[in-house]
Order: sequence, then C-alpha cells, then structure tokens
Amino acid sequence: METIVFYVFSTFMILSALMVITVHNPVRAAFFLVLTFFASAAVWLLLEAEFLAIILIIVYVGAVMVLFLFVVMMLDVNLAELKKGFVKNLPLAIIVALAMFAMIFMVVGGEQFGIQKFAVPERHAADYSNVSALGQVLYTEYVYSFEIAAVILLVGIVAAISLTLRRRPNTRHQKVEDQVAVKSADRLRVVKVETQPRKHTIANAEVEK
Amino acid sequence: MLILTHFLVLSAILFSISLAGVFINRKNVIILLMCVELMLLAVNTNFIAFSYFLGDTAGQVFVFFILTVAAAEAAIGLAILVVLFRNKRTINVEELDTLKG
Repeated sequence: METIVFYVFSTFMILSALMVITVHNPVRAAFFLVLTFFASAAVWLLLEAEFLAIILIIVYVGAVMVLFLFVVMMLDVNLAELKKGFVKNLPLAIIVALAMFAMIFMVVGGEQFGIQKFAVPERHAADYSNVSALGQVLYTEYVYSFEIAAVILLVGIVAAISLTLRRRPNTRHQKVEDQVAVKSADRLRVVKVETQPRKHTIANAEVEK
Repeated sequence: MLILTHFLVLSAILFSISLAGVFINRKNVIILLMCVELMLLAVNTNFIAFSYFLGDTAGQVFVFFILTVAAAEAAIGLAILVVLFRNKRTINVEELDTLKG
C-alpha cells in the first residue's frame, strides 16, 4: 500500500517537475511547481515528517508561490523573446542532467544505502507526535539557530521592502505624521492689529451723504 | 517495501530535472528561481529520508532551517527581480551584461 502511494506521488512529482521546466508560460510553471510541492508533501508524510509536510504546504504553496505569481503577473514579460534558445539548449541540458543523475546514483544507489545497510524502521504508534518531537529538539538544542533563523527572516523583510520601495516626489499624498503632530498654533495665528482713530476725509464725507 | 534508496533516487531525479531546467530556461529569471526551489525541495527530501531511516530528528530541524532561508531567499530574489525589471524593462539574463561577466 505504501509502495503504491509512493509511486503514485513520485510520478506526479516528476511529471510536474518536468512540466515546470518545459512550459513557456511562467504562470503555468508556478502552478506546476505547486503540484510538485503537494506531491512531495505527500512523500514527506510517508516519511513521518508531518509537521514539515504541512509547513511545506502552508509556507511554500501559500506564501512563496503566491509571491511568485504576484511577481509574474506584475511584470510585463515578453514571452516570445524568452522562448528563443529553448531547443538549442535542450541536448546539452539532457546530457548534463543524465550525467548528474548517473553520478548521484553511483553514490546513493543500492550498494551504499540499500536495505542491508539501512533497515526500515518501525512505524511510530498513532499517539506519536512529530510536532512535539521536533519542538523539543528545536527549542533546546537548536535554539540559537532558531533565533538566527528569525533574524534572517527579519533581514529578508527589510531587504525586500527597502529594495522595492520607490519614492515618487510628484505624487500627492497625505503626510500622516505631520497631520498628527500639528498644533493649534500652526493652524491659527492671532494677529494683533493696531487700531487707529478714524479720520474724516472729504471722500468719506461724500460717501456718507 | 520502501527502502532508503527509493527516496534518494527520487530526489536525485528531481535534482537532475531542475538542473536541466537551469540549462533550458537560460533566459527567464523567474523560471530559474523556480528551478532553484525545486533543487532545494530535492535536498530537503534527502534530509527527511535520512532523518526517518536513521531515527534522528536533527534532519527535520535542518529542513526547517532550509525552508526558512529559502523563503527569505525567494523574497529577496523576487524583490531584486522587480527592481531589475523596473530599471531595465527586461528579465532576460543575456541582456544583463553590465558587469561584462
């Protein structure tokens, strides 16, 4: 049963990864990447990494891929220009990929990591919590790394905002901080005007008649 | 029965596909970034497979940190891409030759 699930989701994963690299439209590539993430989350569930599978769905599909889609839709990309050279690079890509796979397979193949070297562990009981196991390690042994990860995310936020922040001097917008900080003295100025006694001139006398 | 080699070969295939993607889509920066995400996914699958078969939670902690760094990397990379497009009006890698590299 597990083997069938593994093969089904692996097939989905590989096919959608192939679609990611071959479709021309970046929006479709992003959607196929989402499918790849879903399939690999299922594979991770087979490996009892429930928390990370959920995180992969929530963070990657929910946040990162949506960010990709936003950027793809914001940019007005000339797709015809980007398609050129696809066929020209294809043989080289296939050769390099096959060579890479052959090299990795020589290392990770059955001799080194097969069943006689790594026995299949027993499944945990149903009340085993992957989240608490991960949290117990994460908040004790790796707590400094955890804090550094938080700092990295903060740096990411600041960098992304400061890179894309655009100041346009000609636009009209409210300056809220000035509006809040205003005092009544800035709005209303009481001016003392000196009064003068009225003089009766000839012109005034004419008007009064 | 599923053994460790199944998962390692799966992630090797995924890594090779994403490497081919880097070669094929040499012009489109967005798809290049997606290929990098695929590579990270393959590496994470390796980590989780070893974590399960060795019975050590540390592998999953590493995947957690890789996901964190990858999210920050994607955000900054896409921000750079937006700034690049705003200045150059293109995301074609071959036109980005200001450094004469």
